[in-house]
Amino acid sequence: MEIPKSFLGYKRENGRAGTRNHVIILPVDDISNACAEAVANNIKGTIALPHSYGRLQFGADLELHFRTMIGTGSNPNVAAVIVIGIEPKWTKRIVDGIAKTGKPVEGFHIERTGDIGTVMKASKKAQEFVMWASEKQREECPISDLWISVKCGESDTTSGLASNPTVGNLMDKLEPLGVHLCFGETSELTGAEKVCANRGATKEASDKFMKTWSDYNDFILKEATNDLSESQPTAGNIAGGLTTIEEKAFGNFQKIGNCKFIDVLEPAEEPKKGKGLYFMDTSSAAAECVTLQAAAGFNIHLFPTGQGNIVGNPIEPVLKLTANPLTVKSMGEHIDCDVSKILSREMNLSEAGDKLIETTLRVANGRLTCAEALGHKEFVMTKLYRSA
Amino acid sequence: MATDIIIHDKKDNVGVVVIEKITPKQDCNCWIMEDDSSTNIQSMDEIPLGHKIAMIDLKEGDTILKYGHDIGKVVKSIKKGEHVHVHNVKTKKW
Repeated sequence: MEIPKSFLGYKRENGRAGTRNHVIILPVDDISNACAEAVANNIKGTIALPHSYGRLQFGADLELHFRTMIGTGSNPNVAAVIVIGIEPKWTKRIVDGIAKTGKPVEGFHIERTGDIGTVMKASKKAQEFVMWASEKQREECPISDLWISVKCGESDTTSGLASNPTVGNLMDKLEPLGVHLCFGETSELTGAEKVCANRGATKEASDKFMKTWSDYNDFILKEATNDLSESQPTAGNIAGGLTTIEEKAFGNFQKIGNCKFIDVLEPAEEPKKGKGLYFMDTSSAAAECVTLQAAAGFNIHLFPTGQGNIVGNPIEPVLKLTANPLTVKSMGEHIDCDVSKILSREMNLSEAGDKLIETTLRVANGRLTCAEALGHKEFVMTKLYRSA
Repeated sequence: MATDIIIHDKKDNVGVVVIEKITPKQDCNCWIMEDDSSTNIQSMDEIPLGHKIAMIDLKEGDTILKYGHDIGKVVKSIKKGEHVHVHNVKTKKW
């Protein structure tokens, strides 16, 4: 198959391109959710991103909070942003961070105004933003403007046999065209960590990966009450035939094909070394991982599943593929790309990779994913430790 | 001929069932992905889609190989053709 050289995206002020054109209402903290949701309810075509945190956080945990908030607002799939927080200082810090992209952003704080007054002021601005954004047109963008993140979920042995290698095949074909790629799931590489470390493009990248994995593994061993077998593999994984974390890890690892990663990113950190594959230190919980990748600027997500994970994200379209014929049959409304014919050997890996590239470009051009059509908007902040 | 079981790597001592299920005493066709070769095995158990079958006799303490790599240890002896899962294999990690 000849791979198209371009897609139709929204060009942003900072030179990036979006696959979507969202106007978001971003609460700084948990107690501003009500206000943000009221604004999104008033002004059609906007979406609120409620979440559970943002108060009394400190240190690295607070830095991650700001990075996730600013990164989410800065993502090229977002045209404009309303930020609402209880206090002016943290609200302004997020507004200033997003403003660096050049996109329209305005902040409102609730203290000394109250919810009702804030909802009124923020709604007026949100209306202005959404009407402005609605005139934006899709334009031809080079395929290298795609920043593709990947993460698998509710995996089973069909993930390692077929759907994850299909993503790997896509990576092998798109990496030479200059796209950005990102995989994560630190804990789910356990068992395959040494093999994964060898995929670092440089010794520095390999060493950084091993340090990141070891730190995470030490944390897990310290906090685990028994042997973690209730969580990794999950009950769904086990039902699907996966027996151990090592087996899951080698299956997971098939997603990167033959690519080498050029750097290791902190959670929600924007890649800075140009095109190529990055590893990000993330949880293996689907919504947490995708939220962090979206905050790092990735504009389309590929999600292979075995037993049928249904996750979505409010700003980054999550495209699902599966090779499990039972999943296609029983929950087909969640599957954007069916590669189950690999198991019956009616389709080879390269054909599956081509089919996934085709589906990815259709979604990049604007076709809704199953998760979008079904209203999946899971926005889950990663929290490193409890607040002060 | 239809494939009932897929094996990732020649070194692997387990294969994955890729049809809805296999039944006891079923003669199964296996495809080895690594070198595109074929082999056969008779199953001892009913094994559902996605679950593993032992390609050889395995005893306690043996290592399960899949993708050509170590994915855990045998904790209860397994006969060729039997179901391999959490009841007879455990992680070496956690």
